[in-house]
Amino acid sequence: MEKKQYSVEAIESGTVIDHIPAGQGLAILRQFKLLHPGNAVTVGFNLPSRSHGSKDIIKISGIHLDEQASNRLALFAPEATVNVIEQFKVVEKRHLRLPDTISEVFRCPNPNCASHGEPVKSRFYVKSAGGQTKLKCHYCEKTYSREFVTEA
Amino acid sequence: MPNPLYRQNVISISDLTTPQLELLLHTALDLKARPRSDLLAGRLIGSCFFEPSTRTRLSFETAVQRLGGKVIGFSDGASTSAKKGETLADTARIISSYTDAIIQRHPKDGAARVLAEFSSVPVINAGDGTNQHPSQTLLDLVTIYETQGTLSNLKIAMCGDLKYGRTVHSLAQALKRWHCEFAFVSPPSLAMPTYITEELDEAGCRYQVMSSLEEAIEWADILYMTRVQRERFDEQEFAKIQGKFNLHASMLGNAKDNLRILHPLPRVDEIHPDVDSTPYAYYFQQATNGVYARMAILSLILNEEV
Ligand SMILES: [Zn+2]
Repeated sequence: MEKKQYSVEAIESGTVIDHIPAGQGLAILRQFKLLHPGNAVTVGFNLPSRSHGSKDIIKISGIHLDEQASNRLALFAPEATVNVIEQFKVVEKRHLRLPDTISEVFRCPNPNCASHGEPVKSRFYVKSAGGQTKLKCHYCEKTYSREFVTEA
Repeated sequence: MPNPLYRQNVISISDLTTPQLELLLHTALDLKARPRSDLLAGRLIGSCFFEPSTRTRLSFETAVQRLGGKVIGFSDGASTSAKKGETLADTARIISSYTDAIIQRHPKDGAARVLAEFSSVPVINAGDGTNQHPSQTLLDLVTIYETQGTLSNLKIAMCGDLKYGRTVHSLAQALKRWHCEFAFVSPPSLAMPTYITEELDEAGCRYQVMSSLEEAIEWADILYMTRVQRERFDEQEFAKIQGKFNLHASMLGNAKDNLRILHPLPRVDEIHPDVDSTPYAYYFQQATNGVYARMAILSLILNEEV
């Protein structure tokens, strides 16, 4: 059973991000700075997927995603699932859901936004319209497409 | 029961519910019909203008004093500690310990919301960068209601610089709640941005682009004029559009009786002085309404009942 579930090597402890839309695996690796020395990362591209035809998968040994990282991931691949692995077993399977708001993760791209240089946390309202995810800054009220917003 | 604006911040029109906006509107018209000089008695208001905006500042300070309140503050950020690098958070903590409410104008987008998060008293946004200027929108709504007797299902023509004009954006965003219909008249390069027209679509409001001001005049209940700035064009381009978005009395022959012409002022040549004496001109009354709109905001956030 276990072997059938993952067609790339099993890990003892860590995180498996599954059901990433095919072709997005590399972007997510880059965006989320998942490559740390000392943590083995295994990636599978274009694996067969029952629901979507094909998918990408990322396995990171020794790392568990916190809420911030999960939110970030939801923004880029809301269809993905996050599996927490302990002793080669899935101990938790988290389905991602686009959060209503996202805080602290991204910096407002508006250079004239008053949130810069003040003791406040960045905050965006997440809207999805026509298949596109958009972020509206709580402070300057400007709306940005997801790709335009960078890490804080 | 306290009114729903008591001790609230007024940062953005989009924060206000439709009943709150209607309460503000009716309070403004009540204060115009029956002046009250006691609603801010004993209150001290901070007027913090980090960039100069004489008209807005005088309008707010007039509102405070007409209601019996007092004002402290500054009219130009150049002379304040912000220049020395003080954060808005610290400014908020200090000024709010002195005053009962803060009126703030600031060049940064979102500055009013940052200030409000650290202020112990209500904050009124008197303009934050290119973002919001809710008291301007309120005075526009007051004026439209006053001249038409309703805000519902009106035909609103907007003319001039619709791309950068913050006032027309906010006004369209506010009026969509009452299912108004819009016509936009502008040079193609200064057209209404799509994020606004998308919001109108979502709200189910109809809008159209009209090619001539005359066409809009025949159609509209309200004609909202704004200035097309020469600086936005090169000489050749400007020559092509010059005068196309300027209004003269001779163009008003086919206007409906109830047409009223508004303008956020100051105007340059987009409304010829010969329009002033027509029954359609309403921009000076509109400016006067600014004081009543601001009186309504101040009274409601500082009194449980008005
Ligand atoms: Zn912002």
